[in-house]
Parts: sequence; structure tokens; C-alpha cells
Amino acid sequence: MNEMTPPTAAERTDKLQGMGCRRKRVEDVRFTQGRGNYVDDLKLPGMLYGDFVRSSYGHARIKSIDTSKAKAVPGVVAVLTAADLAPLKLHWMPTLAGDVQMVLADGKVLFQNQEIAFVVANDRYVAADAAELVEVEYEELPPLVDPFKAMAPDAPVLREDLAGKTSGAHGPRKHHNHIFEWTVGDREATDLAFRDAEVTIKEMLSYQRVHPSPLETCQCVASFDKIKGELTLWGTFQAPHVVRTVAAILSGIPEHKIHVIAPDIGGGFGNKVGVYPGYVCSVVASIVTGKPVKWVEDRIENLSATAFARDYHMTTEIAATKDGKVTGLRVHVLADHGAFDACADPSKWPAGFFNIVTGSYDFPTAHCSVDGVYTNKAPGGVAYRCSFRVTEAAYCIERGMDILAQKLGMDPAELRLKNFVRREQFPYQSALGWEYDSGDYHTALRQGMEKVGYTALRAEQKAKQEAFRRGETREIMGVGVCFFTEIVGAGPSKNCDILGIAMFDSCEIRIHPTGAAIARMGTKSQGQGHETTYAQIIASEIGIPADDIMVEEGNTDTAPYGLGTYGSRSTPVAGAAIATAARKIKAKAQMIAAYLLEVHHDDVEFDIDRFRVKGLPEKFKTMKEISWAAYNAVPPGLEPGLEAVSYYDPPNMTYPFGAYICVMDIDVDTGVCKVRRFYALDDCGTRINPMIIEGQVHGGLTEAFAIAMGQEIAYDEIGNVKGASLMDFFLPTAVETPKWETDFTVTPSPHHPIGAKGVGESPNVGGVPAFSNAVNDAFAFLGNTHIQMPHDAWRVWQAGQKLGV
Amino acid sequence: MAKTHVTMTVNGQAVEGLVEPRTLLIHFLRENLSLTGAHIGCETSHCGACTVDLDGQSVKSCTVFAVQAQGADIRTIEGMANPDGTLHALQDGFREMHGLQCGFCTPGMILRAYRLLQENPNPTEDEIRMGISGNLCRCTGYQNIVAAIQYAAAKLSAPQEQAA
Ligand code: FES
Ligand code: FES
Repeated sequence: MNEMTPPTAAERTDKLQGMGCRRKRVEDVRFTQGRGNYVDDLKLPGMLYGDFVRSSYGHARIKSIDTSKAKAVPGVVAVLTAADLAPLKLHWMPTLAGDVQMVLADGKVLFQNQEIAFVVANDRYVAADAAELVEVEYEELPPLVDPFKAMAPDAPVLREDLAGKTSGAHGPRKHHNHIFEWTVGDREATDLAFRDAEVTIKEMLSYQRVHPSPLETCQCVASFDKIKGELTLWGTFQAPHVVRTVAAILSGIPEHKIHVIAPDIGGGFGNKVGVYPGYVCSVVASIVTGKPVKWVEDRIENLSATAFARDYHMTTEIAATKDGKVTGLRVHVLADHGAFDACADPSKWPAGFFNIVTGSYDFPTAHCSVDGVYTNKAPGGVAYRCSFRVTEAAYCIERGMDILAQKLGMDPAELRLKNFVRREQFPYQSALGWEYDSGDYHTALRQGMEKVGYTALRAEQKAKQEAFRRGETREIMGVGVCFFTEIVGAGPSKNCDILGIAMFDSCEIRIHPTGAAIARMGTKSQGQGHETTYAQIIASEIGIPADDIMVEEGNTDTAPYGLGTYGSRSTPVAGAAIATAARKIKAKAQMIAAYLLEVHHDDVEFDIDRFRVKGLPEKFKTMKEISWAAYNAVPPGLEPGLEAVSYYDPPNMTYPFGAYICVMDIDVDTGVCKVRRFYALDDCGTRINPMIIEGQVHGGLTEAFAIAMGQEIAYDEIGNVKGASLMDFFLPTAVETPKWETDFTVTPSPHHPIGAKGVGESPNVGGVPAFSNAVNDAFAFLGNTHIQMPHDAWRVWQAGQKLGV
Repeated sequence: MAKTHVTMTVNGQAVEGLVEPRTLLIHFLRENLSLTGAHIGCETSHCGACTVDLDGQSVKSCTVFAVQAQGADIRTIEGMANPDGTLHALQDGFREMHGLQCGFCTPGMILRAYRLLQENPNPTEDEIRMGISGNLCRCTGYQNIVAAIQYAAAKLSAPQEQAA
């Protein structure tokens, strides 16, 4: 044997590429070579293509559908309408929110571009041609577009299927267009706080309808094997197991005969959680034709029919003392859900976790109520890169705090510092019912203020305002401060389920004889890099190099049941499942090591990549040796093999937080807003891969920038969707996108096995208020209290005009 | 619909096929040739996911008919690796600098960056941002894509500097 110096502890740790290192992504090897495997890449023999006929109107009765011309087109195999789905009871489907939704228009249409018929042909061009030939005769009905008019006594009846139903999935309905009222908090105590308040503010803060718009649209391939009675469904699914269960319930095909596979996914951001008519129609079409059927949404269909987000109109009131201590918060939300309530929230939470709306502040009391209403718009209400309704809540409180600061004549950062939940108050019970796990808000905000030179920025702003007043410049400057607290990691089974399935997540790890491993997960990456980071957790936990661990997700046949990836739940829930599965393996490895070393298992200890005899570091067995032994030399009484599975039911949510500061220069004559600087400090607890965290923050901030500064899915007064193409819907390019500065503090989650909290969505949650506060702050000295988003140049210019600039 | 015979060179290989006059180049590449690296994000020329290199220009292949590419010399992501099988500096750069997340924009981005660096081997950051402004990415916020292109630019110009 060669005399080699044994590797040092640091070298051994490096070799593992475990937690905390900037490990390069394993996914990139295939993606940079065009070898990703996305749904539309799939080609099966005899595959057919489906395409939709969609509604021209926002609200209309369907008098007739004539499919004869379409059916006559050579290559067309079938044209499905609600009448064809009705015998199977598939013309309607349940939504995750406890409502039902039409799969294909049943008697009437309720939003523009709603699915009316599904044309199936042997070629995607032929399907599109034939869809044009389907003749639909409509009788127009009065459209309802403005959610504030939804509950007027004479408002048109949208959902005739709900006639006479005075209660829905979430309690009583007050009106034929009312879906639910959700209330939380202490109404009387809050009213009292407002009665006795020295200072109050009240503002209606609208968070406009937007869309997640991942670069890959929603798509699927359904293949039904008549002989075996088995259905295989490939699709853009953020939650493949849930899709399988829903498919089993809907289709009656036994769940073990349904194989749901989510291959590589080109971005999700909440768009790919729900079940859409395209999936159901593809399945039916495959059953009917006996051929595989592919459905690929185009961009306009994506923006106008699947999964909008937000559309929350939040009347926000804060009570405070005159020296700036908050004493109460009252919020009423009017939530526009569109034609069907298809929110992808945990089932018992019709407004998601909106009750995180007290934010990072120690409110002694609060009350919040949400009224959901139907309108003639597309269904959805998904968590677009945020935990359920958390970005709406963060926007509400963070704008509210700025408006309060302005009324008090206080600096917005100072007001926040004065009201933060203090470090020693954690675990902290919020007035609206959450238990915040950990935080150190003062340190984070102070660090941010120092890094950006906050005091100097305010001095510069003041000087600019004076110069503006003197007429020396037409440029004004805003400093947007946001301090958000997220609530992620849904969730504990005591309060979170989807259609009755508790929101745990899972991991199965198998160590092969040579010490290589495979880990299978219930989650599904859409770009977050799970194949890279999950292996890092295992590497650190059990001492096998990350490069020797393959992570597999998305195949419901091989992966343990899990609830999927959204709401930043992968790290808090699946990450914990990984650690607990790894620890089971480690415990067995310890027994094997002790047996091999001929000592008692209490006398060995784990050391990076091996177990060693306590006090005798030269006597050890590496994990590689232990893996081999697991298959031939286990201690008597122990089963051979080295594998474990873990289903993790989190005891609590995790509460990442962060301090964001945006410096913006605005030309009042053009309304053009320029982000001069954007600083983002995130505290997501233990950091698994800083490179990936920074990438997530960059991406989330860019989406926040898009939302705050330009995105909107708007409708005209008769229900035409405006701006449902990339011509009109703002997706920033590299030119508009600002540069991002990232920073961090680390406050581990005390209840998570590795202390991690999740980060992917924080930048969207915290980013939107930071941009909006910057714009509003710039105009504050001219008497502005609130300008609604999106802050595109036209609207900003108008706001300036209104203020008399 | 009547079909037309087309021939072209893709990644150095002569290829041919029968297409309808309206068949988009992206569909010809993906369906007929099974080159699924280039993606479809919009079909309206906005996103750049379908970008390929055609006769020395970046084109959005969702906005070119296959018949228009008759006789053309096309390069796609599948043809980006060096002849010796090693990866192109841009492919390395995107991985090294974490210039991708879901990977859906990546083939188009790399092909666009390839042409950009052919035209301007040492672009400034602003030139890179302008140069890739026809390609959307929903995941990365572009900062690391810019860094990836800078990485490749430096790597590609390094040997020449040594020679000089
Ligand atoms: S698919 Fe060609 S530009 Fe979007
Ligand atoms: S990496 Fe997902 S769109 Fe660019």
C-alpha cells in the first residue's frame, strides 16, 4: 500500500459537497446540452393532439354547438363537448378549494376563453384548424367584471348551478355571487383599540390580478392502455401525487393503475399546482380513442385561462399611539376569485394564510375578514411564487406601515424598529393565531440600513425634494423599505390538508452496496435545483458524497407519497423528511460499524464520513465500508440492507423573514422609474446551498419587480381579457431588470431537523412592497398617501399629474 | 395539405423532410428531427425560447417557416459542444455561474449568447443585457446569465491573449 497522508477533516468535508457549500447543479449538465426532458418533448407512437375551442364572451348562454364541420376535417378523430363528458360525470370537476368547475362549458360560459370543446386530431395544426370550424351560438348575458359590484342586489347571477345554495364549502353565502366569508381575530378588542386610538390610518390597497406565467405553459400527455386498464399521465405537475389521487377519484380508475409522471418542468410559480380542463379532456380523449393524447397550452391560453394570482382588494386600518406604537390592525379583503373558486390553498383555508397580515409587528390585537366573490373572469387565485396569500398580506401590512409612518411624521424604518416582535419574544403568538418559530428582526433591519447607508439616503432624498421644490430638477427619489415575515412549509396535519390528505412530505433513501445512493421524494422541482440540494443534505447527514447520490422526483410509481412543491414547502417539509430518513440510516450504520469494529455501538461516534471508536480516531469504518457490510455482514438480529423512508409531518410552519430596501429615481415628466439600488437581506435559517439561495432571490425579486412595476391581467367592462399575450403582459427582459444585492442573517428554525426555513418565495413576498413603497415614498412629500400598483410609467406619470407636479 | 420537400444543414449534418408550407421551423426541428432542445414559450416571437442560429444570425424559430430555412445552415443547442465532445464555454459558463434554474430558456439563451459573442467577443454588461433582451427568463433574474456570458467571453478570448 502506498504511504499516503490521510485526508484531513476539512478535505473529507469538502469531498462530501454537503450543506453550506456552493455545489454546482447536477441538473445543468442535461439542461445546458438540450437534454432536458419536458412534457412537450415526449413523443409516443400514434399520439394525437388536443386543442380547445374557447369562449369569445365573458358571460353568455350557449344555445348550440355544431361540431360537424370540425369532425369532417381529415385527421380529426374526436370533438368533445360537455354533452360527451356528462355521461361520465366529467363535465364538471371539483376544485381544490371545495367548489366545482366546468371542464367544458355546460349551458353557459362564465369567462372569456373558457373551454367549450376539445378537438382531437392526428396533428397539432389540424387540431387548431378544426377548432376554428366548431360553431358556437351564444346569447350574451350581462357581464360582471368589477368585484365591488358583485354583491349588489341586482348583480347578474353567474353560477346558476349554485341556485338556492345558501352555504358553500367554507360556510354561509350572503349573496348569489358570494363564495365565502372568512374571519379571524378578536373583533371587539380590535374595535376597542380603534375607538381608543390616538392615531389611525385607513386605505384601500389593491393588489391587481397577475399571472405566474412560467416560460413553459401547462401541458400533458395522457395514455390509456385499454388492455391493462392503466392510465399514464405525464404533465406539468407541481404536485404529481395529488394529481394521481384526484385522477383516481374523478375517473374511477383504481389509483394503483394510474401512473402520474412529472418530468422536467419549465418553471411553475404556482401555475402548475391545480388540475385544469386540459388534463381531464386529454385523459377522456385517450380513453375514448385508445391513443395517447397530448395537450399543450399556448401562451394566450396560459395567461387567460389557467391560474391567475392575487386580485385582492384590502381595506387596511391601523391604530397606533401618537409616538408610533401600533395598537390594532383591521383588514377587510374583497377577493375576486373569478368564475369558479379554484384557489390552490390547503382545503380549510379559503384565504390561505392571509392571517399572517400582522407581519413582523407586535400587534396586541387584530381582526381580519375576507369575502370571496364570483366575477366573469378566469378562475385561479394561486400562490404565485408565495405561500398561500402571503404576498397579499405582506403587501397589505408593509404599505400600511409606511402610510402610518407618513401620518405620524416618522421614518418608516424607525416605525418598524419600534414595533418589531423582539428576539426574546419567540416563539411568538400572533394576534391572528400563528406561532412564529424564530426571528431576529432588529439585527436584520439594522444590518440592511447600515449596508445601504440609510441615513445618507434620506439626507440625499431631502436635498432632492428641496431642489425639486425650487424647480432645479424634475427627478424625485424614493426609498422603499420592507420588512416581511413569511409563513411557509405547509403544513402541520393539525391544520393543513388538501382534499383530506395531510400536508406531510416524504423521502426514501436507499444506500447501494458500493456506497452510492438514491433518494426519492414526494416533491417536484420546477427549477429550484432539488437534485442538487437534497443530495447535499444527505451528504452532510450520512457522510456519502453528494455526487454519489441520485435524487429522483416526479414519478408516482417510485416516489413515496408527497404533497409536492409550492408555498416554499420543499425545504421545510421534504428537507426535514430527508434529514429524518438519513438519520434512520445513520442509526443503523452505527450498529453495523460497531459490529465491524467489535465494540459496543455506544462506543462509536460519527465523524464526517465514517464512524470511529471514541477516543481511538484511527479505528474507524467509512460509510462506504459500512454500506458494503450492510449487504453481507450485519450484526445478528439486524436485517440486511441500508434504506429508510420517512414521512414528515411538520410540528409548525417556518417563518423566514427579510429586510429589503429599494432606492428609486423617478422622472415626473415621463413617469419612468429607475431602480438605482436594490438590497435584499434574507434570513431563511440554515443555508443549504448559498449559490442556489442567491439565484432564488434574484429570480423572485425579478418577479416582484414585474408585478409591482407593470404586470396586470385586466378586463374591460364587457369581460374581454386585455393583455393576455406577451405583447401586453409585462415579463421584464435583462434590460429593465435591476441588479440585485443579496445579504443574509441566519436564525435557524428551532423545530426543523436542520434548522432550514425555505427561501424561494421570500423575494416575491418582500419585493413587491419594497418597490411599491419606493414609488409611494418618492411622491409622499407632495402629499401622496397611496398609488395603486402596477407602477408602470403611464400610471406613475398620471399620479404625478394628480399631485400637481 | 400538400407537402414540400426541404433540405438544410443542422449541426453540421445534412437533413431533409416533408413539411407543409406553414410548418414552423421550431416544429420541424422538434417534431421531424427530434431535436427538442429548443423550446416553445409563446409562438409569438416574444420569449426567445426557440432561438437557434440560422446562417450566422439568431432567429426565433417559431417565427420562421421550415420552407424559409431551405438550404440554410442551422445550429441548435444539440450542436453546441466542441468537436472533441467537451462543452462549449457558454455551456460551462451557465453551469459555473448558476445561469439557469428550470432550464427552459437555456438553449435559446445559449444560442443567442453564442451569436452575441461572435459579433462582440468582449461585450460590456450593458451590451450583454441589450444583446439578450429578446430572450426571456422567468427564473434567474438575468444577473447570473450575464455573469455566465462574461465567463464564456473571458474563457473564449483567453487563448488568443496568450498567443499575442
Ligand atoms: S416560442 Fe419563439 S419566441 Fe417564444
Ligand atoms: S431558467 Fe427558467 S426560464 Fe430561464
